[in-house]
Amino acid sequence: MKLNVNGQIHQLDVEPEMPLLWALRDELDIKGPKYGCGIALCGACTVLLNGEPVRSCSYPVSSAAGQQVVSIEGLATKGKLHAVQKAWIDHQVPQCGYCQGGQMLAAVALLKKKPKPTDEDIDAAMTNICRCGTYARMRTAIHAAARQAGQS
Amino acid sequence: MKRRHFLQVSASTTAALSLGFVLPSGAQTGNAQEVNAWIDIHADESIVIRYARTEMGQGSRTSAPMLIAEELEVDWKKVRIEDVQAHENLKRKRTYGDMASVGSRTIRNSQEYLRKAGASARMMLVQAAAQRWGVPLNECQAVKGKVVHTPSKKSFSYGQLAADASKLSPPTDIPLKDPASWTLAGKSIPRVDMHDIVTGKIRFGVDTQLPGMLHAAIAQSPVFGSKVVSIDSSKVDNRRGIVKVLNMGEFVAVVADNWWRAKEALRDVSIEWESGKYAQVNSAGLMKLYREGLSQSDAAVARQDGNAVATLEKASKVIEAEYYTPYLAHATLEPMVCTALLQGDQLQIWVSTQNPESSLAAAASTAEVPQENVKVFAMQMGGGLGRKSPQDFTRQAVAIAKQLPGKPIKLMWSREEDTQHDLYRPASLVKVRASIQADGKPDALHIRVSAPSIFSQLLRMPLQNGVDSQAVASFNDHPYAIPHCLVDFAQRSAHVPVGFWRTVGHSQNPFVRECFLDELAHAAGVDPLAYRLSLLPNNEKANRDRGILQAVAKAADWDKPLPAGVFRGIGQTDGYGSHTACVCEVSVNAKGEVRIHRIVIGIDPGYAVNPDNIQAQLQGSVVHGLTAIFWGEMTVKDGRIEQSNFHDYRMMRMNEMPKVQTVIASSGGFWGGVGEPAQAPLAPALGNALFAATGKRLRSLPLKNHGLSLVKA
Repeated sequence: MKLNVNGQIHQLDVEPEMPLLWALRDELDIKGPKYGCGIALCGACTVLLNGEPVRSCSYPVSSAAGQQVVSIEGLATKGKLHAVQKAWIDHQVPQCGYCQGGQMLAAVALLKKKPKPTDEDIDAAMTNICRCGTYARMRTAIHAAARQAGQS
Repeated sequence: MKRRHFLQVSASTTAALSLGFVLPSGAQTGNAQEVNAWIDIHADESIVIRYARTEMGQGSRTSAPMLIAEELEVDWKKVRIEDVQAHENLKRKRTYGDMASVGSRTIRNSQEYLRKAGASARMMLVQAAAQRWGVPLNECQAVKGKVVHTPSKKSFSYGQLAADASKLSPPTDIPLKDPASWTLAGKSIPRVDMHDIVTGKIRFGVDTQLPGMLHAAIAQSPVFGSKVVSIDSSKVDNRRGIVKVLNMGEFVAVVADNWWRAKEALRDVSIEWESGKYAQVNSAGLMKLYREGLSQSDAAVARQDGNAVATLEKASKVIEAEYYTPYLAHATLEPMVCTALLQGDQLQIWVSTQNPESSLAAAASTAEVPQENVKVFAMQMGGGLGRKSPQDFTRQAVAIAKQLPGKPIKLMWSREEDTQHDLYRPASLVKVRASIQADGKPDALHIRVSAPSIFSQLLRMPLQNGVDSQAVASFNDHPYAIPHCLVDFAQRSAHVPVGFWRTVGHSQNPFVRECFLDELAHAAGVDPLAYRLSLLPNNEKANRDRGILQAVAKAADWDKPLPAGVFRGIGQTDGYGSHTACVCEVSVNAKGEVRIHRIVIGIDPGYAVNPDNIQAQLQGSVVHGLTAIFWGEMTVKDGRIEQSNFHDYRMMRMNEMPKVQTVIASSGGFWGGVGEPAQAPLAPALGNALFAATGKRLRSLPLKNHGLSLVKA
């Protein structure tokens, strides 16, 4: 099967039921999406599929074939950081960083749908677990990224 | 922008080194000069500062080098950070000291030698310049990467002086700056690894990738301590990608070309485990074991002032209570992981470790090779929380690699293995009794702790006088003026493995101490803050406790009334060398829904090296603490842990995050840690607020067992 990840087409010969996460990590060496729970609860494995966040640990790779997969490695374009990445640095959001790729992709999807999200929108969309406890800073950074996008 | 780029390059270099692609360092290629073990100065005036601990989000990869740069007098924009590895430390006779990132120690235990390394190098650069000019030392001054001859205003850059400086003998008398004159340390400096984190470039232990690498998934006995009797792997032996199924005695490993294939196959390997003598143990039986400890006659004495027992016996008014805190799992989001490659008698490991020197020793002994033959690449950790200091997973990875020499093997635990084979925060049952005088103050206090010992069970260390210092933490050194005090410890060893969980004894005992003090304050009819202040004597430790208590109370407007239906509680502790306090404001409705309207949490760490990072640690401590306080509990049935993943070991999420206000009140004169201590006052502050709100004293955690849930305010 063919898999489009971050704009690049990869040829894959794997079991159709292999979770997308393991096709990305162990077949294609795309390590941004992380394993955390394996049952779609923590969201460390989040990637964007046609712009929608999916938990790749529980999403069969065959269902992603022919669609646009974006991992955290593909978020910056031509070396230019996405507004969310920039806000994440400006507000020093990450601690260990393990969940942050998934968190940023969830934030990107949220801002695409709701360019000016309320705190309630953020609560509803940002359901990934952060064990370091960066929630307050993520909220601030999402609002900042929204303002930034509104200005440019 | 230039700085960010520079630091980005630096972090990538670190990652590359961590992956074993050894780049020639400047010192080896002649482009740079090592002035001392911590500092290279390059011809282009860039500075490499080495970092010899590990990083799990605590931020010390940034704050520790800041202390060196402060004394070295360099432009931070020109600094690159390079991680030191354990084998380099071994080769250099441990010149980098202890490499462990545990006990909130990095800054407080290494600040002096780090600052001296920077100051010493600066003094040598100044001396080299003075000698070249033939002028007295006191006419020369180091300023931002240059040495200036003050009278003539001539200058040499550090790059021009480094070669000469490195030939000088290091000074023996190294005066350090007064922290009041710091220009870099004490400022909020962005962390050096942020760019690599937000772009997904940073490599965690799980991200190790080597040519020909294989993946291992393992199963350990559900009942702790049981061994494998036999395995039948016939269902998976010929399955795609499966390389080997190994009976390792204490666990079963499937090695495959993809971790998912290994893990799926493992489910179809039939494993017979010894039934084991612990297969009957359950939580109720463990509680009985702890309860027996409360009445044990010969408990080990941890603190004895006056005669508490006699005073309590003849007291007219005694208040007593029993508190319980449960077993907890660490649940770092990145599970245990280690990659090992054994080639002949040469071993390399890539590991998420809080203690790379322990990793090295564990790997060498498992592989039965000399320590000099081992290379350890300590990777970025996806959280540590105390779990990644013991090396069980490193030993397992090396043991598997021994079966497949020449092949890099990446062992990663599943979430289920991680949850069910943790080294748990011990459960603890505590009985507290106080005799109360006419003025409402206690004149005697007896605290009996019945709990497992981490030092004895995990580290197999003999206990000094039978006391585990973590089991009695914050009891044995409580600051309050109570003339008669007995703290004693009845060790209770169960088969449940125990370990250091972020904040360790201070994660549970302050809940007991500070809630009980609240009980006494209420019995006396005195405001809980005023009651505490009246019990704090005039000594250095108590004065610092009072300082942070008052600073936090002020920030929380303790003297001002709250809106109708909102109540507050307060707690105060000291641990890891720092002093902390917390105020929680809550409301509780008839359905048991707890709304936390505000948490004010504060710390006095003596010196705040990177304040923004300290604030992040306080915010994180609140989330870690609230998760445990509301939901955290590991239960045991049939000798095994019942919880297995995040559906039954619940983590706090964004929609539950309350408003947190932080106070950093550095009073100077001492060095305290910041990664752990702030969690300590949270549980009592919340427990006391819940009492104020409901009139019900909750003496056990988690709160879900009292029918309470956390709802956003």
